[in-house]
Amino acid sequence: MTNSTHPRNPGISLNLDWLDSVQMNRSALERRCETLTKRRSIKKEWQAAWLLKSLRCMDLTTLSSDDTPDRVRRLCAKARQPLRPELIESLGLKALKPRVGAVCVYHAYVETAVDALKKTGIPVAAVSTGFPHGLNSMPRRIEEIKDSVAAGAEEIDIVITRAHVFSGNWKALYAEISTFRKACGDAHLKTILGTGELGTFRNVAKASLVCMMAGADFIKTSTGKESVNATLPVSLVMLRMIREYFEKTGFYIGFKPAGGIRTAKQSLDWLVMMKEELGREWLEPDLFRFGASGLLTDIERQLEHFVTGRYSASHRQPTA
Amino acid sequence: MNITDIYETMEYSPAPESPDIALEWLKERKAKFGLFINGKWCKAKSGKVFGTDNPATGEKLAAISAAGKSDVDSAVSAAKRAFPGWQALSGHERARYLYALARQIQKHARLFAVLETMDNGKTIRETRDIDIPLVIRHFYHHAGWAQLLENEFPEHTAIGPVGQIIPWNFPLLMLSWKVAPALAAGNTVVLKPAEFTSLTALLFAEICEQIGLPPGVFNVVTGSGETGAMLVKHPDLKKIAFTGSTEVGRIIREATAHTDKKLTLELGGKSPFIVFEDADLDSAVEGVVDAIWFNQGQVCCAGSRLLVQESVAEKVIERLKKRMAKLRVGDPLDKSMDMGAIIDPIQKERIRSLVEQGKKEGAKVWQWQGKLPKNSGKSGGGCYFPPTFLTNVSPASTVAQTEIFGPVLVSMTFRTPDEAVMLANNSAYGLSASVWSENINQALHVTPKLKCGVVWINCTNQFDAAVGFGGYRESGYGREGGHEGMFAYLKKKESGIPTEELRIPVPKVKTVENSALSLDRTAKLYIGGKQTRPDSGYSLNVVNADGSLAGEIAHGNRKDIRNAVEAAHKASGWQSSTPHLRAQILYFLAENLETRGEEFQNRIMKLTGVSKKQAGLEVETAVRRIFSYAALADKHEGLIHQPPMRGLALALNEPIGVLGLVCSDEAPLLGMLSMLLPAIAMGNTVVLVPSRPFALVATDFYQVLETSDVPSGVVNIVSGDAEELGSVLAKHDDVAGLWVSGTEDECTNAKKLSSGNMKIIWTNNGKKLDWFDNQQSEGREWMRRASQVKNVWIPYGE
Repeated sequence: MTNSTHPRNPGISLNLDWLDSVQMNRSALERRCETLTKRRSIKKEWQAAWLLKSLRCMDLTTLSSDDTPDRVRRLCAKARQPLRPELIESLGLKALKPRVGAVCVYHAYVETAVDALKKTGIPVAAVSTGFPHGLNSMPRRIEEIKDSVAAGAEEIDIVITRAHVFSGNWKALYAEISTFRKACGDAHLKTILGTGELGTFRNVAKASLVCMMAGADFIKTSTGKESVNATLPVSLVMLRMIREYFEKTGFYIGFKPAGGIRTAKQSLDWLVMMKEELGREWLEPDLFRFGASGLLTDIERQLEHFVTGRYSASHRQPTA
Repeated sequence: MNITDIYETMEYSPAPESPDIALEWLKERKAKFGLFINGKWCKAKSGKVFGTDNPATGEKLAAISAAGKSDVDSAVSAAKRAFPGWQALSGHERARYLYALARQIQKHARLFAVLETMDNGKTIRETRDIDIPLVIRHFYHHAGWAQLLENEFPEHTAIGPVGQIIPWNFPLLMLSWKVAPALAAGNTVVLKPAEFTSLTALLFAEICEQIGLPPGVFNVVTGSGETGAMLVKHPDLKKIAFTGSTEVGRIIREATAHTDKKLTLELGGKSPFIVFEDADLDSAVEGVVDAIWFNQGQVCCAGSRLLVQESVAEKVIERLKKRMAKLRVGDPLDKSMDMGAIIDPIQKERIRSLVEQGKKEGAKVWQWQGKLPKNSGKSGGGCYFPPTFLTNVSPASTVAQTEIFGPVLVSMTFRTPDEAVMLANNSAYGLSASVWSENINQALHVTPKLKCGVVWINCTNQFDAAVGFGGYRESGYGREGGHEGMFAYLKKKESGIPTEELRIPVPKVKTVENSALSLDRTAKLYIGGKQTRPDSGYSLNVVNADGSLAGEIAHGNRKDIRNAVEAAHKASGWQSSTPHLRAQILYFLAENLETRGEEFQNRIMKLTGVSKKQAGLEVETAVRRIFSYAALADKHEGLIHQPPMRGLALALNEPIGVLGLVCSDEAPLLGMLSMLLPAIAMGNTVVLVPSRPFALVATDFYQVLETSDVPSGVVNIVSGDAEELGSVLAKHDDVAGLWVSGTEDECTNAKKLSSGNMKIIWTNNGKKLDWFDNQQSEGREWMRRASQVKNVWIPYGE
């Protein structure tokens, strides 16, 4: 994110009239998603290039209760070298130096990851504020952000208080996100909405707007821990709010779908949607990230297939 | 392009679907096609052929035989010969054939899709994901109707050999809409595909061969409009089904007027796309893309008139411009294209000149700025037109009224829901409408007010085999698809041989009974709830059977008809009155007729000369008939269809509007009521022309209407010369439907003259009906005749 050319979103004052005007039609949104992916076909060199973009926009993530420092170091090693050297060579990508967008871990492993990624330019993202439920006390949540930033995290993924959405207490949500934003300092703020738990697209849209108004750099779908995580329709809702926010304020907000994106083909669907709904600018890691863990292996398999013409196997790819 | 470059630009790749298998298919047939008649392939006897081109490249794909008169004759005779055997099969046996067709098309789905794209120019995404899947669904669905026919339509039977003429915009889909219900119902078919797009119909004929469809059940005669005209005129075809332009529809209406051919017409449109301020605007903008830039806008139900509420107009227009810029236009075989080629340079030129005309009339033109493929083909190149939309358009603009049939949208604004409805209905057409609002009250409030056969709420261009499709007004009549669509290929089983309907001449007056002392009532016209004198100032004699003068009736003329039509329009509140209220009023009518039963009995007896008993029976039957329609008034309910989506598709039975009724001389009271009752029970308002010699029955009857609380203007009675007044009604463009029970000449005349505004017309074809027979003269069949189905798509989900 350090290379972003766009000025950071400072937020705007809470605009409740704007929230009131939000309309979302589920059937129409689903229809758009259904046809969108069939309207564009990406094959051969293009597919390889687009998959590399998926890789570049990936927050390589481990968020398990059994994480250990060694496990995190292994993940970082993979982040440093996401593709086998011979694959990079056959693809003619030596100059490109493929790498992932960030490595995403719990606070406890921020230091480990920062250390493992030294001199790579790969930022470390920390999930924070009582992830995945976000129900710790406010001082504790603020402290957690500050601790992660102090430990070297350049990106902070926070979870919003879902209760504020259900009660329509937008002022409280706005205040909460503003506070987190301050605590982040220079680190970028990704706000996780927990879309699978918000019930309606209207709630998702309104929560997206409030987060952006309060100064979020990214809005993110899910923790990856809900029963329903990132879907195309819910992403479409959020992208349209990003577009509207951009049209009204001129500020670029990033988008991060997380959870459930496991295949290379799926990742292309999201890229197509970003390009169609927002534009080319949103196909860079400063404005787009996938939260994923298994996706990388499938991308490697597809790239190998592109090079060799043979279908590849997961076990042939070095694991994270 | 190397990977690093693409990684920077993030452009899309060319993603061509291979034409190889389709080309191979053409090659195996030496790119030459005969006609498919009686299960065999044969050359046109004239030896004439014409070329079919790929609009995307201009290259010739194949040579197609041009069927001439003798070819059409042999196709029709094959269909005629095959009819008895095909009809005699059980529903189950026919169902097996339709099921086999569905499966066989499914097996070759991609070949059909590629061939369709090559012949028509529409994108492979559409043929692959929309056209062909809908075709398959149509055959599966109608395999079901074949199976259920005997139980579901026990009073109906197949019509006979039918002629079907289909357009080039959805070649195979329109084939399936026509062929599947026709075959399911037990008819045999002679199909004429559009001149530009014969190939998939020919491939379909091969599929029919493969599944062993009996010879003659399905025949294909390829050719131009001339071949189509031969079908239209062929005496042995019992029905013509046509989809195409209103212009040609009108010609067909006139050409078949003198026959008893059944006719369904699915014609043009200029459909509104209404966006209310409380809509999901981004989704609405996406809807516009699907409405007008689907199939290059060459869609009869394309949402071509964007009506946006003023408060959000600017926002919607801005977003639409941005969205339009993202469209990809080019090689239709490329899987990443949103729009392909226009069917033919002639069509492209028509689109261009209409846009030019719009510009001249002050419209602002916004056009897609991308690069259209040029000269990509060997012979003259492809035929493309950019997505276009016009602002600064008003209803008075040519482009707001004329069907462009291309990727051209015009936009206008409205202030209130009422104004939206007014603008939406400001069209000679009435095919479809799209309504966008997140307020269910708003959306469902405007829906019944829209004069069109299909309403899509928060969606557009949705089709399904289970849901009827078809228009109001000059968009044609008849429905395709669903339960309602089956009736287009069925007729009521006949009982006995009908005899010719004749008009009874008015005899000379032999005696005048009236003395100055016995005051006769003055029979006037009955218009807008008032007894009015005729414009002409003349009266006509009505003579009793014994030659005595019965009285005089007003001699109504065209101006009286005009006034009556106006009065009928003013009474349109009747249309939206509750069925319960209409039932109550009808019951009251029965009560009041019975109270004066003896008077009517005497009148009928004296006028017609029937026995007292017979006259009494007529009055009694009339009272019963009123009861029947009072009963039916609140029972001719619609259906809820179940297309494969999360939502409802409501098939609403709506009144036609203002109906003209020209009554028979047979059974003057009962004949008149048999037509009047279903019309008003359904909510239509009526201009009724009673039997000339027995008009006093009708003028007596308006007093019954007055005492029965029938609102003013619901029934208007104009007495006079039935033939003359019938013609005036037929030519009146503000009369939506016309029923004529008269002589063959009157019927022919009515059908011909009614083509001006494509009225929904019913006649007795000059054949007498037995008004005493409940089977033919009463019941749901008449309620169906008095109504038209509006299909309303309501997807939902929060």
